[in-house]
Amino acid sequence: MTKTVLIADDEPNILISLEYLMKREGYRVVVAHDGQEACELIEREHPDLVLLDVMMPKKTGFDVCHEIRANETFKALPIVLLTAKGRDTDVAKGLAMGANDYMTKPFSTKELAQKVRDLLGAQA
Amino acid sequence: MRRFDKRVALGVALIGLIGLVWLGATGGLIWSTLDDAGRAILKNTLGERIMLLLLMWAVSLIAVGSALRFLVSYFMTAPARLAEEAQVLLGTDVKRQLVPTGSIENRRLADLFNQLVQQREALRDEMDTRVQEAARNTEQEKNRLAALMSELTKSVVVCNLDGRILLYNNRARMQFRALSQAPGVAGGGELIGLGRSVYGVFDRKLVMHALENIQHRLQRGASAPSAQFITTTQTGQLLRAQMAPVRSVQTTAGEPVQMTGFVLMLDNITREFEAQSRQDHILHTLTERSRAALGNMQAALDILEYPDVEPDMRERLLTVLREETEGLGTRLRELKSSALDSTVLRWPLEDMLGADLVAAAIRRIEALGGLAVVATEVDDSLWLKVESFSLLQALSYLAERLRQECVINTVQLRLSMGTGRAQLDLCWTPSAAKLTDKVVPGWEHDPMRSGGEDTSLTIQDVVERHGGAFWFEREAETGTVFFRFLLPLAAPQEQLETSSVVRNESRPEYYDFDLFQASAQSRSLEDSKLSELSFTVFDTETTGLDPANGDEIIQIAAVRIVNGKLLRHENFDQLVDPKRNIPAITIPIHGITPEMVRGQPTIDKVLPAFHQFAQDTVLVAHNAAFDMRCLQVKEKVTGMVFDHPVMDTLLLSAVVHPNQESHRLEAITERFNINILGRHTALGDAMATAEVFMRLIPLLAEMGIHTLGQAREAAQKTYYARLKY
Repeated sequence: MTKTVLIADDEPNILISLEYLMKREGYRVVVAHDGQEACELIEREHPDLVLLDVMMPKKTGFDVCHEIRANETFKALPIVLLTAKGRDTDVAKGLAMGANDYMTKPFSTKELAQKVRDLLGAQA
Repeated sequence: MRRFDKRVALGVALIGLIGLVWLGATGGLIWSTLDDAGRAILKNTLGERIMLLLLMWAVSLIAVGSALRFLVSYFMTAPARLAEEAQVLLGTDVKRQLVPTGSIENRRLADLFNQLVQQREALRDEMDTRVQEAARNTEQEKNRLAALMSELTKSVVVCNLDGRILLYNNRARMQFRALSQAPGVAGGGELIGLGRSVYGVFDRKLVMHALENIQHRLQRGASAPSAQFITTTQTGQLLRAQMAPVRSVQTTAGEPVQMTGFVLMLDNITREFEAQSRQDHILHTLTERSRAALGNMQAALDILEYPDVEPDMRERLLTVLREETEGLGTRLRELKSSALDSTVLRWPLEDMLGADLVAAAIRRIEALGGLAVVATEVDDSLWLKVESFSLLQALSYLAERLRQECVINTVQLRLSMGTGRAQLDLCWTPSAAKLTDKVVPGWEHDPMRSGGEDTSLTIQDVVERHGGAFWFEREAETGTVFFRFLLPLAAPQEQLETSSVVRNESRPEYYDFDLFQASAQSRSLEDSKLSELSFTVFDTETTGLDPANGDEIIQIAAVRIVNGKLLRHENFDQLVDPKRNIPAITIPIHGITPEMVRGQPTIDKVLPAFHQFAQDTVLVAHNAAFDMRCLQVKEKVTGMVFDHPVMDTLLLSAVVHPNQESHRLEAITERFNINILGRHTALGDAMATAEVFMRLIPLLAEMGIHTLGQAREAAQKTYYARLKY
């Protein structure tokens, strides 16, 4: 069965690449442009993995992360935070919020693809 | 004439009596041995010459008397005189020599007394010289300190523990002027001045907090503890203050060091801070945006490397690359034009023992009431780098909000070592899980409010000051929920501080003043001694004598009397635009023309500054009823209520000199021989009134009038007495 990946980022320029990459990896892709939309799409689409930008309008990635984890249904949903915030305190916060992994921009798409494969494999 | 001596008379009478008795007894004995013939012969012989016998008796008595008198004066009167004269020497400063009289022993005594007097004089002279020398040294030390202070480019303010200013330098005066809300009016004089409270500028709690910190470290044995804090003044200026304690002189070794006051060194860092914030912001956005842009480019490049990318996808990715490259270039150009300032300023973080911070937080939160605080798992070895004031504010804000919104009555504080940073947790057991998770997130963005205090700071600001992080987390195993602060660590250094510096040596030698003796007057004003109170002596010039019907103040001037000293330089002198004409006939009286008041501040600007200038003092004026009336009719317009205690030199003069006809200021200054330059200006008159008042205080004291209450009572009586005439 095709796995669904939700990509949430407000930057269209990265969405193009990420969407292409994930589709190429064989996943179904759902795109959200802000934190609020991300939460709604998770509820509706039940994705198998979420790629979450931290700095988004309406709700930050941290907030979305926190909300997902508070919901019993999505306790185990893998979340990878993508962010331009690179301080160690941000990484610590992200992981404390329940993210499975954290990637600081710029990152290698190959590494990202590998991470997604690993997380989805572990889940399956 | 010599004094009649009773003792001599008594002695002579006694000897006379004994002579008579002897004569009688001897005569009787002889008589009894004689026969009748012999008796007849004796009777005939003596009977006729009895007068001669009595005369001889009397003559010998006179001889005895003079001998006695000589003996008495020789052996008794001379020592008595010597004693009296010695008494005089003892009781007074007379330096005369005693004339030796009387017996040899008496003369020797007198000589000894003379020698003792000489010795005493020599000792006195020596002591005087030493006192003078010491006074000169003290004066020199004072001058040296004053010179040092005035040369300093930093503002220095020295206060006692009540926050009263005891010493300040010129730089501080200038700096406070910039802080004044009405700089054009009083020149900052309402903020800085001897005896004024420093809390007019600084938040009392902030200063108390810093003091507590220092006290704590002093008790721990730190040799040179100091505290730093940054505060925002009412005018929105940022001041960085460094506080150092002024310690009491240790009388015996091992006695705990007491603080008697503190020194504040101030820097106005508003501009640096703004520049820094701007710079930080630019750097921050640049870094984050560049990262994002690079991320976009990297991802696009990665995709472009796939050989089978469709042409239209390839075109889209190339567009992404072009856009991002251009964006980066633009940002770099912007950065260059914003000319990064090289002055770097960081929010000052103090080294603090983590356990101390937790203890302070417990005290602070429990003081709010309604919450019990427990410290669990506190790592005693952790030293933090914190700005404790705002951090404690943050903790008590969170605790109070938890109590109110999540119905919590117990919280725990936890401090542990994380990776590279300390973790300070505020934990609680949620009363309803759902509620907590829904309510809590987002608190870090709200302005903090705690214990009825509002601040514009948010938790996020506090966290940013520390370069830390903050979040809300739930522990899966225990169900405990907590707020976590990640805080920077400090190297433990207090021990080093203690051991490497020998105690007491760090104390400079040049401030042996008694500046710190004064403390808060716990007595009410009424019972305070006139000689100890602070006064604001003022005078107003007006357009006329009827303030209730349109006459306006055109000048206010005042000087201060603190601790019995007239502070001529701490004065208030301000012309006021009355917004009406000045009657021509009054101009010769006050010398103020319409041109002079044009463009001057109006009364609603001047009175608030004057009110602050007169804060915590007793108002003094000559014929105060009129000046007070002028101030009171303006209460509505300015909102300034002058409810200070008031003294009137006119009434007090009448108390002291009830028989004088005139109590006009001219008459009194003449009586006291006071010469004042610039009389008939408001400042000149205020000075004259102050001089008069200072001379009245000791005269009142002679009449038994020492306190403000007594003076007021006496003045009131005189007032009624005068009304009768």
